[in-house]
Amino acid sequence: MSAFFSILRKLQPLIAVLLGLSLGLAVTMLAGEDPFNVLMILGRSAFGSPYDFGMTLFYATPLIFTGLAVAVPFHAGLFNIGAEGQLTMGALAAATVGIMFPSVSWPLAPLLGVLAAFSGGALWGFIPGWLRAKRGSHEVINTIMLNFVAAGLASWVTLYLLKNPDSQNPETSAVGPGYLLRHFEFFGDAPLSTALLLAIAAALAIWVFLFKTVKGFELRAVGQSERAAETGGISAARERILAMALGGGLAGLVGIGEVLGNAGRFKLGFSPEFGFIGIAVALLARNRPIGILLSALLFGALHKGASDLDLETENVTRDLSLILQSLIIVSVTAEGLWDWMRKRNVQPRIGGDV
Amino acid sequence: MDGYFGIALALIASTLRVSTPLLFASLGGLVSERSGVVNIALEGMMLVGAFGAAVVALSSGSPWLGAAAGAAAGLVFAVFYALIVIQLRADQIVAGTAMNMLAAGATPFLSKILYDSTGSTPGLPIDARFQFAPVVLAWAFVLLVWLWIAYTPSGMWLRFAGEKPEALEAAGVRVNRVRWTSVMLSGALAGIGGASLSIFLASSFSRNMTAGRGFMALAALIFGKWKPFPTAVACLLFGFADALQIRLQGVILWGTEPVPVQFIQILPYLATILVLAGLVGRSRAPRALGLPFRKP
Repeated sequence: MSAFFSILRKLQPLIAVLLGLSLGLAVTMLAGEDPFNVLMILGRSAFGSPYDFGMTLFYATPLIFTGLAVAVPFHAGLFNIGAEGQLTMGALAAATVGIMFPSVSWPLAPLLGVLAAFSGGALWGFIPGWLRAKRGSHEVINTIMLNFVAAGLASWVTLYLLKNPDSQNPETSAVGPGYLLRHFEFFGDAPLSTALLLAIAAALAIWVFLFKTVKGFELRAVGQSERAAETGGISAARERILAMALGGGLAGLVGIGEVLGNAGRFKLGFSPEFGFIGIAVALLARNRPIGILLSALLFGALHKGASDLDLETENVTRDLSLILQSLIIVSVTAEGLWDWMRKRNVQPRIGGDV
Repeated sequence: MDGYFGIALALIASTLRVSTPLLFASLGGLVSERSGVVNIALEGMMLVGAFGAAVVALSSGSPWLGAAAGAAAGLVFAVFYALIVIQLRADQIVAGTAMNMLAAGATPFLSKILYDSTGSTPGLPIDARFQFAPVVLAWAFVLLVWLWIAYTPSGMWLRFAGEKPEALEAAGVRVNRVRWTSVMLSGALAGIGGASLSIFLASSFSRNMTAGRGFMALAALIFGKWKPFPTAVACLLFGFADALQIRLQGVILWGTEPVPVQFIQILPYLATILVLAGLVGRSRAPRALGLPFRKP
């Protein structure tokens, strides 16, 4: 029996996704729709054509970054719900550099953009990391607060300092042409750029860093047991600051796909809460970098899939994706649900949770 | 001088109005967090409250029934949250985030079914809206919550559930029952907060109309060190920043450019970060905040 439950435990994310999806689709019956039909529309709209699949990957790209941005601090025992603010600062920094130095040419320019995006996000992760390590104030509250501060700053910079003079939209002027990333032709009009490759490379690099290097081991040690880590000569404060800054930097890289790969400028409110969906992405992947690639693909597909619901159904709108995502999160995180399933079937273990 | 006096008076009135949703929501947050349950879901509770209130006020024509519906909607939503975090012991921060997403998705979803519009619900006639009652009600609740927590036995249970749950359980009071009640009450209060957005400050529900006020209420709660009156003062302060920001929008005070109101908007959040860091006073959370309780 215990083998069965260890398999069940491994499959838990998959079961949770199915549970969340079924609950969410059942809700569409309230709106008088056939859940199976809604599912078909979701699938077709996410994967039906090269363009559709390209859009799915386009949405998955920022989610890989924000998923990693949540996962890295998590391994150090910190909860980063500031990816939204960090990605805003990263995108803003990339756009600022691209506007300030428009004449830089191709290979150097995107590199500069990546550096700026990473630094912008890293700064916004460093602050709550430092506050936690040095002042003991909780990173959850600080990252929430910094999300709003980032939104305010971005709005000020966009509307007052770098405003696009030719448009009424709240956006900055364009970055230099040398900064723009190439799109994959296979996916037609989908603005899927080489940023996807950067995201995959980042996930692989983070996997190597966390699980194959001494530094990564030290970072995880702090997350496992602060006291044990300190006894082993690891500075918990230093690892925490590093984890948050690195996480913030990864979130900042969302700016690459958006500013250099898609819009060519910073647009206020470009992110449909990629930072918050990143929490779900990381959670579903149990904070494993490679798993994050898959769960980002799933959430990207949900986001793209739901975008066609407005047109193709009578009463169900794209808002369904938010409902589905929230129900998936709840199913993944409800520890007691899994305990309950197990307890009903096996004898309680002696010694409890060891 | 008369002009300045008029402006000051208008600012005070507007401060009282815009701080009302914050007061309700942060009292809700206070009740839940003092019992040991983190409440990031305030934003979502407010949103469903705002929606429920708008729907019922529209169909019944009574703002009071609307407010009651807002409270009920927040409460039902809170039951779901309590089920997940207390019974199923889900991580409270993750679950709170999910609840906010759920509210953001479910309200336009229902609005589409009821009114065939995801943008906003139909406008409310003046009779179906509050003129000033929520302001008075909010301050009455501040007083009530303070008296309850400081001077009643059940208020003491609440504090113990958040500070030393083992002791409370040992004294024969069920910790999780106290927490269930607190979270439900929290939902009802935040729901009324949402109602005072849709049927008091505005005249309909619109998509995502809370716009971060739940988080601002959370900030006020921390700024007020999890105590009723200091929290209320923080709400006033944040409400004042909001009122000032609305008043100064597009106003040219110096030079040729309008005042960048963004800096006023971010002040409450910056202030909260500073307070939490102990740079201005010290704010300490209830000891057992965020920890699920399992019987020893």
